[in-house]
Amino acid sequence: MKIAVVQFPGSNCDQDCLRALTDGIHVQAEYLWHKETSVSGFQAVVLPGGFSYGDYLRCGAIARFSPIMRAVVRAANEGMPVIGICNGFQILCEAGLLPGALIRNQSLRFVCQPVWLRVETEETPFTAKLKGQSVLRMPVAHGEGCFFTDPTTLGSLESKRQVVFRYADALGKVTPESNPNGSMHGIAGICNEARNVVGMMPHPDRAWDRKLGSEDGKLLFGSLVEALEPVIFR
Amino acid sequence: MVGALMKVHVVVMPKQSVLDPQGVAVRNALKELGLDAVDSVRVGKLLELEFKTPPDEAKLEEVCRDLLSNPVIEDYTIRCP
Repeated sequence: MKIAVVQFPGSNCDQDCLRALTDGIHVQAEYLWHKETSVSGFQAVVLPGGFSYGDYLRCGAIARFSPIMRAVVRAANEGMPVIGICNGFQILCEAGLLPGALIRNQSLRFVCQPVWLRVETEETPFTAKLKGQSVLRMPVAHGEGCFFTDPTTLGSLESKRQVVFRYADALGKVTPESNPNGSMHGIAGICNEARNVVGMMPHPDRAWDRKLGSEDGKLLFGSLVEALEPVIFR
Repeated sequence: MVGALMKVHVVVMPKQSVLDPQGVAVRNALKELGLDAVDSVRVGKLLELEFKTPPDEAKLEEVCRDLLSNPVIEDYTIRCP
């Protein structure tokens, strides 16, 4: 099994993602440069955080047209697990793989702090292992993380249980105070209807070792490994 | 006018339904500076495109929709100044 970590010009969490996979949960992972045109040989794709193309125009707007994204969209539509973290989430929305958009934080401030996340669904390859693990700890670090969409799409996300994570307090209660960016319904992460594509603003790639303050990120990547290799790991 | 470039302005504005905290911050600053009458401010952007020959209109619309604006949060208008 091999997982791809896509590198765009301006990605800056690519190394965190790679190490979370290789050192955190001991799976094979390799960088995939944005000029590549295929994801063949890989079983899952991680779009890391950062400032792809300098965030010019809008976050993720230009990365979306990278050669590699054509291959990622194709693979995602065929069912390959894809996760976008932070800037990766923004890219997935721009690419139309996930609904909605991530706009400027309501506070106008860049937020860089640990948050609590309530897990809203175990029905994705990245959260399958989180049964009973209802609250996770990991950091956010973004200026444009306010999830926005029209009321119809928001209603559909809720009714189809596509909200994967919500900002919450330590007890898992979703409160305005625990929402760091003004996201609608406290949304921190969503999935597509087929549930194989997940986007999230918080960073599991910065929470996979006790030295980093939390190991909860390993649960997400570990879920992915179980989903990909059920026979070996179960 | 041999060699003159044709200019096209694409104005991209946040949709009315989208919160524009930047606009609110600018409005508050304008009030601070004494422009009391200002009611609201919305911050968008203007892209100036130059063409040697007139652009294909359908293609221009397409790139405005797909790249220059995000229809989830923004509206665009094309103007020839």
